[in-house]
Amino acid sequence: MKNKLLARMARLGGLSSALLLAGCDAGVFDPKGPVGEEIKSLIVTSSIAMLIVVVPTILLSVLFAWHYRQSNTSAEYLPKWCHSNKIEVVIWGIPVLIIIFLATITYKTCHSLDPYRPLEAQATTKPVEVEVVALDWKWLFIYPEEGIATVNQLAMPVNTPVHFVITSDSVMNSFFIPRLGSMIYAMAGMQTQLHLMASEPGQYQGLSANFSGEGFSDMKFVALAMNAEEYRDWVEKVKASSDQLNKETYEQLLKPSVKNPYAFYAHVEPDMFDSIVGKYNNGMVMHKKVAPDGRMESAMSGMNMKEQD
Amino acid sequence: MLGKLSLSAIPIHVPILVGTFAGVAVVGLAVLGLITYFGKWGYLWKEWFTSVDHKRLAVMYIVLALVALFRGFADAIMMRSQQALAFNGSPGYLPPEHYDQIFSAHGTIMIFFLAMAFMTGLFNFIVPLQIGARDVAFPFLNNLSFWMTAVGFILVNVSLFIGEFSQCGWLAYPPLSEKQFSPGVGVDYYILALQIAGVGTLLTGVNFFVTIVKMRAPGMSWMRLPVFTWTAFCSSILIMVSFPVLTVALALLGLDRYLGMHFFTNDGGGNQMLYLNLIWAWGHPEVYILILPAFGVFSEVVPAFSGKPLFGYATMVYATCSIMILSFLVWVHHFFTMGAGPDVNAFFGIATMVISIPTGVKLFNWMFTMYKGRVQFHACMYWAVGFMVVFTIGGMTGVMLAIPGADFVLHNSLFLIAHFHNVIIGGVYFGYICGMNFWFPKVMGFKLNESWGIAAFWFWFFGFFFAFTPLYVVGFMGMTRRLNHYDNPNWYPWILVAMFGAVLVLLGIVCQLTQLYVSIRDRNLPENRDLTGDLWNGRTLEWSTSSPPPVYNFAIVPHVHELDAYMHDKEHGINTRGAGEGVQYAPIHMPRNTAAGLSAGIFAFVLGFAAIWYIWWLAVIGLVGIIATVIIRSADKDIDYYIPAEEVARTEQEYSRQLMAQAAE
Repeated sequence: MKNKLLARMARLGGLSSALLLAGCDAGVFDPKGPVGEEIKSLIVTSSIAMLIVVVPTILLSVLFAWHYRQSNTSAEYLPKWCHSNKIEVVIWGIPVLIIIFLATITYKTCHSLDPYRPLEAQATTKPVEVEVVALDWKWLFIYPEEGIATVNQLAMPVNTPVHFVITSDSVMNSFFIPRLGSMIYAMAGMQTQLHLMASEPGQYQGLSANFSGEGFSDMKFVALAMNAEEYRDWVEKVKASSDQLNKETYEQLLKPSVKNPYAFYAHVEPDMFDSIVGKYNNGMVMHKKVAPDGRMESAMSGMNMKEQD
Repeated sequence: MLGKLSLSAIPIHVPILVGTFAGVAVVGLAVLGLITYFGKWGYLWKEWFTSVDHKRLAVMYIVLALVALFRGFADAIMMRSQQALAFNGSPGYLPPEHYDQIFSAHGTIMIFFLAMAFMTGLFNFIVPLQIGARDVAFPFLNNLSFWMTAVGFILVNVSLFIGEFSQCGWLAYPPLSEKQFSPGVGVDYYILALQIAGVGTLLTGVNFFVTIVKMRAPGMSWMRLPVFTWTAFCSSILIMVSFPVLTVALALLGLDRYLGMHFFTNDGGGNQMLYLNLIWAWGHPEVYILILPAFGVFSEVVPAFSGKPLFGYATMVYATCSIMILSFLVWVHHFFTMGAGPDVNAFFGIATMVISIPTGVKLFNWMFTMYKGRVQFHACMYWAVGFMVVFTIGGMTGVMLAIPGADFVLHNSLFLIAHFHNVIIGGVYFGYICGMNFWFPKVMGFKLNESWGIAAFWFWFFGFFFAFTPLYVVGFMGMTRRLNHYDNPNWYPWILVAMFGAVLVLLGIVCQLTQLYVSIRDRNLPENRDLTGDLWNGRTLEWSTSSPPPVYNFAIVPHVHELDAYMHDKEHGINTRGAGEGVQYAPIHMPRNTAAGLSAGIFAFVLGFAAIWYIWWLAVIGLVGIIATVIIRSADKDIDYYIPAEEVARTEQEYSRQLMAQAAE
């Protein structure tokens, strides 16, 4: 009977380690870019720092409960003892030290991982600009420099930073490519920014991380990281498409739909993104540009309002 | 005439709902039939529905909480099984419009009607007894609070069979919850149910704040206040400060929906982030409203079963108060990904982490309470030690989420889901069930069966780990919350493990039901009766009364000489009850039962239901009814009575005889 149980438990153990292995080939623990790498090491470092206090706490609470059980009459019993300054100092001190450590790395990484902050690679490599619009329930990607647009397919050259400017023409969504790193909200009438970079060619799943209604589960896209020639070919392929993104085709796109096939637009009206943001703000669009030294210009000094017609 | 309401609102085309309705109808009719058959309507009306006795209201709150647990858990296991089925092209058995209602209802019910109702039940029972009071400060408001909460819960459940519930998640973020994107009545059900229940909660907060400030027994200075009462006090303050914010946020959303205003809409100058800030300015204190009383329960249970006073009482009080204050400084950590600057995120991230310091200190205090004690492994201690194990892990993952950089990939993932279930199940639920096992004999006069209680603990404990550890893992793998279907093969095995965990939790709930059934069945066995009123060699005043306590709690208001007042009296041979030969009892002034709370509740239901369906004439009737109830109640002069001294003497003497007989055995 006991053996059977042990065998079963061993099998269960084997199953779970197999599961653990299966889990290792995806997600935020297998990042494919510098942002993801930094976040992964942040998660690992902070976890280890906390485990220093978490593991002893769990062990001691079980150990104390067991050692001082009623039937263990050999254990010391002090029915009145309820205060000790030494213990108080230790139990306040240890958490304080760990939080000071964590607060320090939190402050540092808040700045280094600020989604608005250009990546270091941007010093040497010109970033690819992508404007992202969350729709019901698909993603529109506009490449303003190339004048092209796609739906549900995002391509980027490897080892080249990508600067995303993100909005929504519907409800709130969150733009997220788990293996590349940070996410950020997509909100109508507002623009958020994100800097990411892929360091390895591949196909990465992109998704919305904020519930957006009935079609939410299928609001996925594919992020293709490719080398420079492949990327140029891809741009050419899009430019060869027979479709164009203008007011009429955008109206079509705006209608709610799920499991949208990829779409490629050879030409986009130049102010498309601004008009999408501006339509919720009486046509006002705030242009936030990144200064050459990598510092964000403040909203006020960089205020560059223009009227849409 | 009937606004938006028509026959098409009845979802007869959804077999699950028709089946549920049939089940509810059969059980409901059976219960009503049995009550009628045994002629218990008068008893229920007189002794329960119209009662202003805090002890009766406590029981009604906890019954409400348990019903909410079944509904909320039914939602949970449907979600788990949907995700276990809807893999790789299979749509599962719940289409998105149904599934989205289920997860929205699950969160709403578990927080507002399981956790809040259970907590209020514990407050009601314990706080007046612990501070040596005869009732709460406002007994009628207490009854009104209960009915408001109950009506909110009933409205949520009516949405099952008439119309639909919100499909926007438990916090109904706009713009999704705006009329433009959610034109149905679901969000209106959500808003009105929470507004009505919110009135009840706010009144509860006011009631207990005043009770604790004004009605402590003579000698009970602040630093002699039992820790559970301290946590109830801090929670009441949090309720008073934060629930009005919820009321305003939902009211503004209601104005958008009903009157076409633009607080949170995409256009017209609305701003959705305004809602997120408001809702979390309530929402984050809310989780501390729930967890602090659970900490209070452990602070009573661990000393009682360790045979020692609580380690570091003063530290515990300061830690509780600092958590109360800090809980207002962290709300932005719920949306680090909105694009705020790095300094804003760093501030709120670090403020969040700082909370883990006093929380950690509390854990150490409970540990050192067991240290050099004599720990009895009563069912309560299983929940308490289990809590220390589970909650510590939840605290750690909470700090991980508090680091904005880490939150950038974990936000809204199943990692987050695993985290808050880790602290809410492992902290709040374990705490409240621990408290229920601890105080049940005080409430009912007989013990809860222990073996079933321990079995329930183990199922919940392992069920929790099996159900939520996989969610931590798939969260790291990029699986977001609220997915109706998915096709990532790496997630699938973990989701199956989580499903298995949910089944274990189901068995845990079955054990709890069996525990209740067995305990009630065997309540008259001599070994199950609590004749002394002090089963666990308790330290605080509630254990100095009989079980169940008399309606007036204390014939003579006790004098408090020390922290752990009752233990002090026992050690110094002081008769806390002041009973004995020739004691002169005075008549006791008590509040009279009233139907006004129930009446206001019924009219609130009418108002809520009518407003949801735009039946404005009926809404007017509801509103007028509430106002009329209040006016009539205010004009009522016959609201109190005196228990004659002879009756008090008789009750007290009988209890003394019972104690003497018990001591002689």
